[in-house]
Amino acid sequence: MATVNATSSSAGRLLGSLRLPIGIVAFLGISLTVLGIDQFVNALTLGAIYALVALGYTMVYGIIELINFAHGDVFMVGSFVAMFISSSLLGNEGAITNIPLLAGSVLVLFALTIGVMAIVGALIERLAYRPLRRAPRLAPLITAIGVSFILQNVIQFFFGPTIVTVPQLVPIEWSIEVSGSRVPLLNIFVIAASVALMFALQLFISRTRTGRAMRTTSMDRDASSLMGVDINRTIMITFLIGSGLAGAAGVVHGLYYGNTSFNLGFQSGLKAFTAAVLGGIGNTAGAALGGFLIAFIEVGASAFGYGRWGGAVVFSLLVIFLVFRPTGLLGSHSGDRA
Amino acid sequence: MAPLLELKDVHTYYGAVHALRGVSLKVEEGEIVTLIGSNGAGKTTTLRTISGLERARSGSIKLKGKSIEKAEAHEIVRLGVGHSPEGRRVFSRMSVRENLEMGAFLRKSGPDVQKDFKKVFELFPRLKERESQAAGTMSGGEQQMLAIGRALMAQPKILLLDEPSMGLAPILVEQIFDIITEINSRGTAVLLVEQNAMMALGIAKRGYILQIGEVTLEDSCDKLAKNPKVREAYLGV
Ligand SMILES: Nc1ncnc2c1ncn2[C@@H]1O[C@H](COP(=O)(O)OP(=O)(O)O)[C@@H](O)[C@H]1O
Ligand SMILES: [Mg+2]
Repeated sequence: MATVNATSSSAGRLLGSLRLPIGIVAFLGISLTVLGIDQFVNALTLGAIYALVALGYTMVYGIIELINFAHGDVFMVGSFVAMFISSSLLGNEGAITNIPLLAGSVLVLFALTIGVMAIVGALIERLAYRPLRRAPRLAPLITAIGVSFILQNVIQFFFGPTIVTVPQLVPIEWSIEVSGSRVPLLNIFVIAASVALMFALQLFISRTRTGRAMRTTSMDRDASSLMGVDINRTIMITFLIGSGLAGAAGVVHGLYYGNTSFNLGFQSGLKAFTAAVLGGIGNTAGAALGGFLIAFIEVGASAFGYGRWGGAVVFSLLVIFLVFRPTGLLGSHSGDRA
Repeated sequence: MAPLLELKDVHTYYGAVHALRGVSLKVEEGEIVTLIGSNGAGKTTTLRTISGLERARSGSIKLKGKSIEKAEAHEIVRLGVGHSPEGRRVFSRMSVRENLEMGAFLRKSGPDVQKDFKKVFELFPRLKERESQAAGTMSGGEQQMLAIGRALMAQPKILLLDEPSMGLAPILVEQIFDIITEINSRGTAVLLVEQNAMMALGIAKRGYILQIGEVTLEDSCDKLAKNPKVREAYLGV
Protein backbone atom coordinates (compact mmCIF):
# COMPACT_ATOMS: atom_id res chain seq x y z
CA MET A 1 0.00 0.00 0.00
CA ALA A 2 2.74 2.36 1.03
CA THR A 3 4.73 1.67 -2.13
CA VAL A 4 1.68 2.23 -4.30
CA ASN A 5 1.19 5.57 -2.62
CA ALA A 6 4.80 6.51 -3.06
CA THR A 7 4.78 5.69 -6.77
CA SER A 8 1.53 7.43 -7.50
CA SER A 9 2.64 10.55 -5.64
CA SER A 10 6.00 10.65 -7.41
CA ALA A 11 4.19 10.18 -10.72
CA GLY A 12 1.92 13.00 -9.62
CA ARG A 13 4.92 15.16 -8.87
CA LEU A 14 6.43 14.36 -12.26
CA LEU A 15 3.16 15.32 -13.94
CA GLY A 16 3.02 18.45 -11.82
CA SER A 17 6.51 19.51 -12.84
CA LEU A 18 5.72 18.77 -16.49
CA ARG A 19 2.49 20.76 -16.43
CA LEU A 20 4.21 24.02 -17.26
CA PRO A 21 6.37 22.82 -20.19
CA ILE A 22 3.43 20.84 -21.60
CA GLY A 23 1.23 23.90 -21.23
CA ILE A 24 3.76 26.09 -23.03
CA VAL A 25 4.21 23.65 -25.91
CA ALA A 26 0.44 23.27 -26.25
CA PHE A 27 -0.04 27.02 -26.17
CA LEU A 28 2.63 27.57 -28.84
CA GLY A 29 1.14 24.82 -31.02
CA ILE A 30 -2.36 26.27 -30.84
CA SER A 31 -1.09 29.80 -31.45
CA LEU A 32 0.91 28.70 -34.47
CA THR A 33 -2.17 27.01 -35.95
CA VAL A 34 -4.49 29.89 -35.22
CA LEU A 35 -2.19 32.80 -36.09
CA GLY A 36 -0.18 31.35 -38.97
CA ILE A 37 3.58 31.52 -39.08
CA ASP A 38 3.98 35.25 -39.87
CA GLN A 39 1.95 36.45 -36.92
CA PHE A 40 3.39 33.72 -34.73
CA VAL A 41 6.94 34.96 -35.35
CA ASN A 42 5.79 38.52 -34.90
CA ALA A 43 4.27 37.66 -31.51
CA LEU A 44 7.44 35.89 -30.41
CA THR A 45 9.53 38.94 -31.35
CA LEU A 46 7.25 41.37 -29.57
CA GLY A 47 7.12 38.95 -26.65
CA ALA A 48 10.91 38.96 -26.43
CA ILE A 49 10.88 42.74 -26.01
CA TYR A 50 8.10 42.68 -23.40
CA ALA A 51 9.84 39.86 -21.55
CA LEU A 52 13.19 41.67 -21.42
CA VAL A 53 11.50 44.78 -20.02
CA ALA A 54 9.25 42.79 -17.66
CA LEU A 55 12.34 41.23 -16.06
CA GLY A 56 13.49 44.62 -14.81
CA TYR A 57 10.09 45.39 -13.30
CA THR A 58 9.90 42.08 -11.55
CA MET A 59 13.48 42.04 -10.25
CA VAL A 60 13.18 45.50 -8.75
CA TYR A 61 9.79 44.73 -7.26
CA GLY A 62 11.13 41.49 -5.86
CA ILE A 63 13.99 43.16 -4.08
CA ILE A 64 12.60 46.51 -2.84
CA GLU A 65 8.86 46.13 -3.44
CA LEU A 66 8.87 49.18 -5.66
CA ILE A 67 6.80 49.39 -8.82
CA ASN A 68 9.46 51.22 -10.78
CA PHE A 69 7.26 53.34 -13.01
CA ALA A 70 10.36 54.74 -14.69
CA HIS A 71 11.41 51.36 -16.01
CA GLY A 72 9.41 51.63 -19.25
CA ASP A 73 11.24 54.90 -19.86
CA VAL A 74 14.57 53.26 -19.15
CA PHE A 75 13.68 50.94 -22.03
CA MET A 76 12.78 53.99 -24.14
CA VAL A 77 16.11 55.67 -23.31
CA GLY A 78 17.78 52.38 -24.23
CA SER A 79 16.21 52.53 -27.68
CA PHE A 80 17.60 56.07 -28.14
CA VAL A 81 21.03 55.13 -26.85
CA ALA A 82 21.01 52.24 -29.33
CA MET A 83 19.96 54.59 -32.13
CA PHE A 84 22.67 57.08 -31.19
CA ILE A 85 25.41 54.45 -30.97
CA SER A 86 24.32 52.80 -34.19
CA SER A 87 23.93 55.90 -36.35
CA SER A 88 26.27 58.48 -34.84
CA LEU A 89 29.02 56.40 -33.29
CA LEU A 90 29.16 53.51 -35.73
CA GLY A 91 27.97 55.62 -38.66
CA ASN A 92 25.34 53.19 -39.87
CA GLU A 93 22.62 54.30 -42.19
CA GLY A 94 20.85 51.07 -42.95
CA ALA A 95 21.34 47.40 -43.51
CA ILE A 96 24.86 45.92 -43.49
CA THR A 97 25.31 43.06 -45.95
CA ASN A 98 28.88 42.17 -45.06
CA ILE A 99 28.32 39.39 -42.54
CA PRO A 100 31.42 39.82 -40.32
CA LEU A 101 30.85 43.57 -40.25
CA LEU A 102 27.18 43.07 -39.40
CA ALA A 103 27.97 40.62 -36.63
CA GLY A 104 30.60 42.95 -35.20
CA SER A 105 28.33 46.00 -35.35
CA VAL A 106 25.40 44.22 -33.73
CA LEU A 107 27.63 42.85 -31.01
CA VAL A 108 29.14 46.25 -30.25
CA LEU A 109 25.68 47.79 -30.35
CA PHE A 110 24.30 45.34 -27.80
CA ALA A 111 27.34 45.52 -25.52
CA LEU A 112 27.54 49.33 -25.48
CA THR A 113 23.82 49.90 -25.06
CA ILE A 114 23.51 47.33 -22.29
CA GLY A 115 26.55 48.85 -20.57
CA VAL A 116 25.32 52.44 -20.84
CA MET A 117 21.82 51.55 -19.66
CA ALA A 118 23.15 49.48 -16.77
CA ILE A 119 25.04 52.55 -15.58
CA VAL A 120 21.99 54.77 -16.09
CA GLY A 121 19.87 52.36 -14.06
CA ALA A 122 22.39 52.16 -11.24
CA LEU A 123 22.63 55.96 -11.18
CA ILE A 124 18.86 56.30 -10.96
CA GLU A 125 18.84 53.90 -8.04
CA ARG A 126 21.68 55.67 -6.29
CA LEU A 127 20.33 59.18 -6.74
CA ALA A 128 16.56 58.75 -6.66
CA TYR A 129 15.69 55.63 -4.69
CA ARG A 130 18.47 54.91 -2.21
CA PRO A 131 17.96 58.13 -0.23
CA LEU A 132 14.36 57.01 0.31
CA ARG A 133 15.18 53.50 1.46
CA ARG A 134 13.65 54.03 4.89
CA ALA A 135 10.89 56.36 3.79
CA PRO A 136 7.22 55.30 3.54
CA ARG A 137 6.50 53.29 0.41
CA LEU A 138 4.58 56.03 -1.32
CA ALA A 139 7.69 58.23 -1.50
CA PRO A 140 9.79 56.09 -3.88
CA LEU A 141 6.66 55.36 -5.93
CA ILE A 142 6.09 59.05 -6.55
CA THR A 143 9.79 59.53 -7.16
CA ALA A 144 9.61 56.82 -9.83
CA ILE A 145 6.88 58.75 -11.62
CA GLY A 146 9.11 61.83 -11.40
CA VAL A 147 12.06 59.93 -12.86
CA SER A 148 9.80 58.77 -15.67
CA PHE A 149 8.97 62.37 -16.58
CA ILE A 150 12.59 63.44 -16.34
CA LEU A 151 13.73 60.70 -18.71
CA GLN A 152 11.02 61.57 -21.24
CA ASN A 153 11.84 65.27 -21.07
CA VAL A 154 15.57 64.75 -21.43
CA ILE A 155 15.07 62.60 -24.52
CA GLN A 156 12.56 65.07 -25.94
CA PHE A 157 15.04 67.88 -25.38
CA PHE A 158 17.83 66.13 -27.30
CA PHE A 159 15.90 64.25 -29.99
CA GLY A 160 12.61 66.11 -30.28
CA PRO A 161 9.01 65.03 -29.87
CA THR A 162 8.64 63.20 -33.17
CA ILE A 163 9.36 59.66 -34.27
CA VAL A 164 13.06 59.08 -34.85
CA THR A 165 14.44 56.59 -37.37
CA VAL A 166 16.75 53.82 -36.17
CA PRO A 167 19.08 52.02 -38.63
CA GLN A 168 17.88 48.46 -39.25
CA LEU A 169 21.23 46.77 -39.49
CA VAL A 170 20.00 43.28 -40.38
CA PRO A 171 18.79 43.21 -44.00
CA ILE A 172 15.02 42.66 -44.02
CA GLU A 173 15.15 40.54 -47.16
CA TRP A 174 17.32 37.87 -45.52
CA SER A 175 14.99 35.07 -44.58
CA ILE A 176 14.54 31.36 -44.41
CA GLU A 177 11.57 29.44 -45.66
CA VAL A 178 9.42 27.55 -43.20
CA SER A 179 6.55 25.54 -44.70
CA GLY A 180 5.98 27.96 -47.54
CA SER A 181 6.36 31.15 -45.48
CA ARG A 182 9.32 33.49 -45.29
CA VAL A 183 10.65 33.99 -41.77
CA PRO A 184 13.08 36.92 -41.59
CA LEU A 185 16.45 36.05 -40.09
CA LEU A 186 16.17 39.25 -38.09
CA ASN A 187 13.28 37.83 -36.06
CA ILE A 188 15.05 34.58 -35.47
CA PHE A 189 18.15 36.41 -34.34
CA VAL A 190 16.21 38.76 -32.09
CA ILE A 191 14.25 35.95 -30.44
CA ALA A 192 17.36 33.83 -29.97
CA ALA A 193 19.37 36.70 -28.50
CA SER A 194 16.59 37.59 -26.06
CA VAL A 195 16.03 34.05 -24.94
CA ALA A 196 19.79 33.63 -24.49
CA LEU A 197 19.86 36.72 -22.25
CA MET A 198 16.97 35.36 -20.21
CA PHE A 199 18.73 32.04 -19.70
CA ALA A 200 21.92 33.86 -18.76
CA LEU A 201 19.96 35.80 -16.16
CA GLN A 202 18.44 32.63 -14.70
CA LEU A 203 21.89 31.07 -14.49
CA PHE A 204 23.29 34.20 -12.87
CA ILE A 205 20.54 34.31 -10.26
CA SER A 206 20.68 30.63 -9.42
CA ARG A 207 24.41 29.95 -9.63
CA THR A 208 26.43 32.98 -8.61
CA ARG A 209 27.14 34.41 -5.19
CA THR A 210 25.63 37.75 -6.16
CA GLY A 211 22.59 35.96 -7.56
CA ARG A 212 22.12 34.20 -4.25
CA ALA A 213 22.43 37.48 -2.43
CA MET A 214 19.71 38.89 -4.68
CA ARG A 215 17.42 35.99 -3.91
CA THR A 216 17.89 36.13 -0.15
CA THR A 217 17.58 39.91 -0.10
CA SER A 218 14.22 39.66 -1.82
CA MET A 219 13.10 36.99 0.64
CA ASP A 220 14.22 38.75 3.81
CA ARG A 221 16.41 41.82 3.73
CA ASP A 222 17.39 41.84 7.42
CA ALA A 223 18.21 38.16 7.53
CA SER A 224 20.22 38.61 4.37
CA SER A 225 22.34 41.38 5.83
CA LEU A 226 22.93 39.19 8.90
CA MET A 227 24.59 36.75 6.48
CA GLY A 228 27.00 39.48 5.44
CA VAL A 229 25.19 40.52 2.26
CA ASP A 230 25.79 44.15 1.34
CA ILE A 231 22.19 45.19 0.75
CA ASN A 232 22.91 48.49 -1.00
CA ARG A 233 25.31 46.84 -3.39
CA THR A 234 22.87 44.02 -4.10
CA ILE A 235 20.02 46.42 -4.83
CA MET A 236 22.27 48.45 -7.10
CA ILE A 237 23.29 45.34 -9.03
CA THR A 238 19.61 44.48 -9.44
CA PHE A 239 18.98 47.85 -11.06
CA LEU A 240 22.13 47.45 -13.12
CA ILE A 241 20.98 44.14 -14.56
CA GLY A 242 17.32 45.14 -14.98
CA SER A 243 18.27 48.32 -16.82
CA GLY A 244 20.86 46.50 -18.92
CA LEU A 245 18.14 44.10 -20.07
CA ALA A 246 15.87 47.06 -20.84
CA GLY A 247 18.76 48.41 -22.92
CA ALA A 248 18.92 45.13 -24.80
CA ALA A 249 15.17 45.41 -25.38
CA GLY A 250 15.80 48.91 -26.73
CA VAL A 251 18.32 47.55 -29.24
CA VAL A 252 15.90 44.83 -30.29
CA HIS A 253 13.08 47.32 -30.68
CA GLY A 254 15.17 49.53 -32.97
CA LEU A 255 16.43 46.68 -35.12
CA TYR A 256 12.92 45.32 -35.52
CA TYR A 257 10.75 48.40 -35.90
CA GLY A 258 13.33 50.82 -37.28
CA ASN A 259 12.10 53.72 -35.19
CA THR A 260 11.52 55.00 -31.69
CA SER A 261 10.02 57.97 -29.91
CA PHE A 262 10.20 59.64 -26.53
CA ASN A 263 6.85 58.23 -25.42
CA LEU A 264 7.66 54.63 -26.32
CA GLY A 265 8.09 53.74 -22.67
CA PHE A 266 4.58 54.46 -21.55
CA GLN A 267 2.59 51.88 -23.51
CA SER A 268 5.29 49.23 -23.69
CA GLY A 269 6.20 49.83 -20.09
CA LEU A 270 2.63 49.33 -19.00
CA LYS A 271 2.40 46.11 -20.99
CA ALA A 272 5.70 44.81 -19.68
CA PHE A 273 4.58 45.64 -16.16
CA THR A 274 1.36 43.74 -16.82
CA ALA A 275 3.49 40.83 -18.02
CA ALA A 276 5.40 40.89 -14.74
CA VAL A 277 2.17 40.84 -12.73
CA LEU A 278 0.70 38.13 -14.94
CA GLY A 279 3.75 35.92 -14.43
CA GLY A 280 3.78 36.50 -10.68
CA ILE A 281 5.52 39.67 -9.60
CA GLY A 282 9.00 39.04 -8.21
CA ASN A 283 9.33 35.85 -10.24
CA THR A 284 11.80 36.16 -13.13
CA ALA A 285 10.70 33.07 -15.06
CA GLY A 286 7.12 34.27 -14.66
CA ALA A 287 7.96 37.70 -16.08
CA ALA A 288 9.51 36.17 -19.18
CA LEU A 289 6.51 33.90 -19.66
CA GLY A 290 4.11 36.78 -19.05
CA GLY A 291 5.90 38.90 -21.67
CA PHE A 292 5.37 36.32 -24.37
CA LEU A 293 1.79 35.69 -23.30
CA ILE A 294 0.88 39.38 -23.50
CA ALA A 295 2.43 39.63 -26.95
CA PHE A 296 0.44 36.64 -28.17
CA ILE A 297 -2.79 38.10 -26.82
CA GLU A 298 -2.06 41.44 -28.42
CA VAL A 299 -1.04 39.99 -31.79
CA GLY A 300 -3.98 37.59 -31.66
CA ALA A 301 -6.39 40.45 -31.06
CA SER A 302 -4.97 42.30 -34.09
CA ALA A 303 -5.07 39.21 -36.25
CA PHE A 304 -8.79 38.91 -35.62
CA GLY A 305 -9.39 42.54 -36.44
CA TYR A 306 -9.47 43.86 -32.88
CA GLY A 307 -6.10 45.60 -33.16
CA ARG A 308 -7.45 48.84 -31.74
CA TRP A 309 -8.73 46.88 -28.81
CA GLY A 310 -5.39 45.18 -28.20
CA GLY A 311 -4.72 47.12 -25.01
CA ALA A 312 -8.24 46.67 -23.71
CA VAL A 313 -8.11 42.93 -24.37
CA VAL A 314 -4.75 42.61 -22.62
CA PHE A 315 -5.86 44.46 -19.53
CA SER A 316 -9.30 42.84 -19.32
CA LEU A 317 -7.67 39.43 -19.42
CA LEU A 318 -5.23 40.55 -16.75
CA VAL A 319 -8.03 41.61 -14.43
CA ILE A 320 -10.01 38.42 -15.00
CA PHE A 321 -6.92 36.30 -14.56
CA LEU A 322 -5.87 37.99 -11.34
CA VAL A 323 -9.33 37.55 -9.84
CA PHE A 324 -8.86 33.80 -10.10
CA ARG A 325 -5.12 33.60 -9.51
CA PRO A 326 -3.85 36.70 -7.69
CA THR A 327 -0.29 35.41 -7.40
CA GLY A 328 0.12 35.17 -11.18
CA LEU A 329 1.00 32.28 -13.46
CA LEU A 330 4.05 30.99 -11.62
CA GLY A 331 3.31 32.40 -8.19
CA SER A 332 4.48 35.64 -6.69
CA HIS A 333 7.81 35.58 -4.93
CA SER A 334 7.20 38.52 -2.71
CA GLY A 335 4.40 37.30 -0.49
CA ASP A 336 6.47 35.25 1.93
CA ARG A 337 8.44 38.03 3.49
CA ALA A 338 8.77 37.62 7.24
CA MET B 1 42.02 43.71 28.10
CA ALA B 2 38.93 45.14 26.43
CA PRO B 3 35.81 42.99 26.72
CA LEU B 4 34.68 41.08 23.62
CA LEU B 5 31.54 43.21 23.34
CA GLU B 6 30.78 46.39 25.21
CA LEU B 7 27.80 48.74 24.96
CA LYS B 8 27.97 52.09 26.70
CA ASP B 9 24.92 54.29 27.11
CA VAL B 10 23.31 53.23 23.84
CA HIS B 11 20.19 55.09 22.73
CA THR B 12 18.07 53.81 19.83
CA TYR B 13 14.90 55.30 18.40
CA TYR B 14 12.16 54.12 16.06
CA GLY B 15 11.07 57.46 14.72
CA ALA B 16 9.80 59.18 17.86
CA VAL B 17 9.79 55.99 19.96
CA HIS B 18 12.72 56.02 22.35
CA ALA B 19 13.32 52.26 22.51
CA LEU B 20 16.76 52.07 24.16
CA ARG B 21 17.37 54.66 26.86
CA GLY B 22 21.02 54.27 27.64
CA VAL B 23 21.82 50.57 27.58
CA SER B 24 25.23 49.54 28.87
CA LEU B 25 26.37 45.95 29.02
CA LYS B 26 29.33 43.78 28.25
CA VAL B 27 30.17 40.24 27.27
CA GLU B 28 33.60 38.80 27.97
CA GLU B 29 35.36 36.24 25.80
CA GLY B 30 33.82 32.78 26.30
CA GLU B 31 30.90 33.93 28.45
CA ILE B 32 27.18 33.29 28.21
CA VAL B 33 25.39 36.45 29.21
CA THR B 34 21.63 36.76 29.29
CA LEU B 35 19.42 39.76 28.74
CA ILE B 36 16.03 39.32 30.37
CA GLY B 37 13.01 41.53 30.09
CA SER B 38 9.31 41.43 29.44
CA ASN B 39 7.70 41.99 26.07
CA GLY B 40 8.59 45.39 24.61
CA ALA B 41 11.48 46.03 27.01
CA GLY B 42 13.94 46.52 24.15
CA LYS B 43 15.76 43.19 24.02
CA THR B 44 15.37 42.72 20.28
CA THR B 45 16.27 46.35 19.67
CA THR B 46 19.46 45.86 21.66
CA LEU B 47 20.54 42.95 19.49
CA ARG B 48 19.50 44.71 16.27
CA THR B 49 21.49 47.76 17.27
CA ILE B 50 24.58 45.66 17.96
CA SER B 51 24.22 44.02 14.54
CA GLY B 52 23.77 47.32 12.74
CA LEU B 53 20.19 46.63 11.66
CA GLU B 54 19.17 49.66 13.70
CA ARG B 55 21.38 52.71 14.23
CA ALA B 56 22.27 53.88 17.72
CA ARG B 57 21.59 57.60 17.95
CA SER B 58 24.21 57.95 20.66
CA GLY B 59 26.47 55.83 22.79
CA SER B 60 29.20 53.42 21.80
CA ILE B 61 29.35 49.77 20.82
CA LYS B 62 32.78 48.17 20.86
CA LEU B 63 33.93 44.80 19.67
CA LYS B 64 37.31 43.96 21.22
CA GLY B 65 37.78 47.68 21.81
CA LYS B 66 36.99 48.64 18.20
CA SER B 67 33.97 50.90 17.63
CA ILE B 68 31.28 49.32 15.46
CA GLU B 69 28.31 51.59 16.09
CA LYS B 70 28.76 53.26 12.70
CA ALA B 71 29.52 50.10 10.74
CA GLU B 72 27.10 48.54 8.25
CA ALA B 73 25.36 45.30 9.20
CA HIS B 74 27.34 43.24 6.68
CA GLU B 75 30.63 44.59 8.00
CA ILE B 76 29.68 43.69 11.56
CA VAL B 77 29.10 40.08 10.48
CA ARG B 78 32.60 40.05 9.04
CA LEU B 79 33.98 41.32 12.36
CA GLY B 80 32.64 38.22 14.10
CA VAL B 81 29.10 38.93 15.32
CA GLY B 82 26.60 36.17 14.55
CA HIS B 83 22.90 36.84 15.06
CA SER B 84 20.03 34.40 15.14
CA PRO B 85 17.14 36.85 14.94
CA GLU B 86 13.76 36.93 16.61
CA GLY B 87 11.28 34.80 14.67
CA ARG B 88 14.13 32.72 13.13
CA ARG B 89 13.91 34.36 9.70
CA VAL B 90 15.19 31.38 7.76
CA PHE B 91 15.06 31.68 3.96
CA SER B 92 11.87 29.74 3.53
CA ARG B 93 12.12 28.92 -0.17
CA MET B 94 15.69 27.69 0.15
CA SER B 95 16.75 24.27 1.33
CA VAL B 96 18.40 23.67 4.69
CA ARG B 97 21.72 23.28 2.96
CA GLU B 98 21.34 26.53 0.99
CA ASN B 99 20.44 28.34 4.20
CA LEU B 100 23.61 27.07 5.82
CA GLU B 101 25.60 28.04 2.72
CA MET B 102 24.22 31.55 3.09
CA GLY B 103 25.52 31.52 6.64
CA ALA B 104 28.99 31.06 5.16
CA PHE B 105 28.36 33.79 2.58
CA LEU B 106 31.46 35.78 3.50
CA ARG B 107 33.78 32.78 3.57
CA LYS B 108 35.61 31.17 0.70
CA SER B 109 34.12 27.76 0.12
CA GLY B 110 36.61 25.02 0.81
CA PRO B 111 37.55 22.35 3.35
CA ASP B 112 37.12 24.79 6.28
CA VAL B 113 33.51 25.48 5.39
CA GLN B 114 32.89 21.77 4.80
CA LYS B 115 34.20 21.09 8.30
CA ASP B 116 31.72 23.59 9.71
CA PHE B 117 28.87 21.91 7.85
CA LYS B 118 29.91 18.72 9.63
CA LYS B 119 30.01 20.48 12.98
CA VAL B 120 26.58 22.03 12.54
CA PHE B 121 25.13 18.67 11.50
CA GLU B 122 26.76 17.12 14.58
CA LEU B 123 25.07 19.70 16.80
CA PHE B 124 21.76 19.37 14.97
CA PRO B 125 21.37 15.87 13.48
CA ARG B 126 17.82 16.87 12.52
CA LEU B 127 19.20 19.34 10.01
CA LYS B 128 21.26 16.64 8.35
CA GLU B 129 18.09 14.57 7.88
CA ARG B 130 16.33 17.55 6.33
CA GLU B 131 19.27 18.79 4.30
CA SER B 132 17.40 19.22 1.02
CA GLN B 133 14.02 20.18 2.44
CA ALA B 134 12.73 23.72 1.95
CA ALA B 135 13.30 25.56 5.23
CA GLY B 136 9.80 27.05 5.26
CA THR B 137 8.22 23.61 5.45
CA MET B 138 10.01 22.60 8.68
CA SER B 139 8.67 22.77 12.21
CA GLY B 140 9.37 25.76 14.44
CA GLY B 141 11.98 23.87 16.42
CA GLU B 142 13.80 22.77 13.29
CA GLN B 143 13.75 26.29 11.93
CA GLN B 144 15.23 27.53 15.19
CA MET B 145 18.03 24.98 14.90
CA LEU B 146 18.61 26.12 11.34
CA ALA B 147 18.72 29.77 12.34
CA ILE B 148 21.36 29.02 14.98
CA GLY B 149 23.30 26.71 12.68
CA ARG B 150 23.24 29.31 9.93
CA ALA B 151 24.67 31.94 12.27
CA LEU B 152 27.41 29.51 13.31
CA MET B 153 28.49 28.99 9.70
CA ALA B 154 30.09 32.43 9.75
CA GLN B 155 32.37 31.33 12.63
CA PRO B 156 31.26 34.15 14.93
CA LYS B 157 33.24 35.15 17.98
CA ILE B 158 29.98 36.09 19.64
CA LEU B 159 26.53 34.71 18.95
CA LEU B 160 23.46 36.86 19.58
CA LEU B 161 20.38 34.70 20.20
CA ASP B 162 16.96 36.34 20.20
CA GLU B 163 14.44 34.21 22.09
CA PRO B 164 15.50 30.81 20.78
CA SER B 165 12.85 29.15 22.97
CA MET B 166 9.94 31.12 21.55
CA GLY B 167 7.03 28.89 20.61
CA LEU B 168 8.83 25.61 21.24
CA ALA B 169 7.65 22.61 23.26
CA PRO B 170 9.42 22.34 26.66
CA ILE B 171 11.39 19.27 25.64
CA LEU B 172 12.73 21.10 22.59
CA VAL B 173 13.56 24.15 24.66
CA GLU B 174 15.72 22.02 26.87
CA GLN B 175 17.44 20.52 23.86
CA ILE B 176 18.15 23.96 22.36
CA PHE B 177 19.57 25.23 25.67
CA ASP B 178 21.85 22.18 25.92
CA ILE B 179 23.12 22.96 22.45
CA ILE B 180 23.73 26.61 23.35
CA THR B 181 25.87 25.42 26.26
CA GLU B 182 27.69 23.09 23.90
CA ILE B 183 28.34 25.89 21.38
CA ASN B 184 29.68 28.05 24.19
CA SER B 185 31.94 25.33 25.49
CA ARG B 186 33.55 25.22 22.03
CA GLY B 187 34.62 28.82 22.53
CA THR B 188 31.85 31.07 21.19
CA ALA B 189 30.57 33.78 23.53
CA VAL B 190 26.78 34.07 23.68
CA LEU B 191 24.45 36.97 24.38
CA LEU B 192 21.12 35.28 25.04
CA VAL B 193 17.89 37.24 24.98
CA GLU B 194 15.00 35.47 26.67
CA GLN B 195 11.58 35.88 28.14
CA ASN B 196 12.01 32.38 29.49
CA ALA B 197 14.12 33.68 32.39
CA MET B 198 14.24 30.41 34.28
CA MET B 199 16.07 28.58 31.50
CA ALA B 200 18.30 31.51 30.63
CA LEU B 201 19.47 32.04 34.20
CA GLY B 202 20.20 28.33 34.32
CA ILE B 203 22.85 28.37 31.61
CA ALA B 204 24.23 31.94 31.65
CA LYS B 205 26.95 33.21 33.92
CA ARG B 206 25.80 36.79 34.25
CA GLY B 207 22.57 38.52 33.44
CA TYR B 208 21.04 41.94 32.82
CA ILE B 209 17.44 42.90 33.49
CA LEU B 210 16.03 45.27 30.89
CA GLN B 211 12.96 47.40 31.64
CA ILE B 212 11.50 49.91 29.19
CA GLY B 213 14.80 50.44 27.42
CA GLU B 214 16.96 50.61 30.53
CA VAL B 215 19.15 48.13 32.36
CA THR B 216 17.78 48.11 35.87
CA LEU B 217 19.77 45.28 37.34
CA GLU B 218 22.91 43.31 36.57
CA ASP B 219 24.36 40.45 38.51
CA SER B 220 25.57 36.89 38.38
CA CYS B 221 22.80 34.53 37.37
CA ASP B 222 22.93 32.72 40.74
CA LYS B 223 22.17 35.96 42.53
CA LEU B 224 19.54 37.06 40.00
CA ALA B 225 17.75 33.76 40.42
CA LYS B 226 17.60 34.33 44.17
CA ASN B 227 16.61 38.01 43.94
CA PRO B 228 12.98 38.28 45.17
CA LYS B 229 12.12 41.03 42.68
CA VAL B 230 13.43 39.03 39.74
CA ARG B 231 11.66 35.94 41.01
CA GLU B 232 8.40 37.78 41.24
CA ALA B 233 8.60 39.61 37.92
CA TYR B 234 10.24 37.05 35.66
CA LEU B 235 10.13 33.64 37.27
CA GLY B 236 6.49 33.75 38.25
CA VAL B 237 7.07 32.85 41.90
N1 LIG C 1 9.87 48.74 13.97
C1 LIG C 1 9.43 49.40 15.06
N2 LIG C 1 8.81 50.58 14.94
C2 LIG C 1 8.38 51.27 16.02
N3 LIG C 1 8.53 50.83 17.27
C3 LIG C 1 9.14 49.66 17.48
C4 LIG C 1 9.62 48.88 16.39
N4 LIG C 1 10.19 47.76 16.88
C5 LIG C 1 10.06 47.83 18.21
N5 LIG C 1 9.44 48.97 18.58
C6 LIG C 1 9.16 49.40 19.97
O1 LIG C 1 10.38 49.43 20.67
C7 LIG C 1 10.21 48.90 21.97
C8 LIG C 1 11.18 47.76 22.18
O2 LIG C 1 10.80 46.69 21.32
P1 LIG C 1 11.63 45.33 21.23
O3 LIG C 1 13.07 45.65 21.17
O4 LIG C 1 11.06 44.54 20.12
O5 LIG C 1 11.29 44.65 22.62
P2 LIG C 1 11.49 43.15 23.11
O6 LIG C 1 12.34 42.44 22.13
O7 LIG C 1 12.13 43.26 24.45
O8 LIG C 1 10.13 42.55 23.21
C9 LIG C 1 8.76 48.51 22.09
O9 LIG C 1 8.08 49.56 22.74
C10 LIG C 1 8.29 48.38 20.68
O10 LIG C 1 6.94 48.71 20.58
MG1 LIG D 1 11.88 40.76 21.02
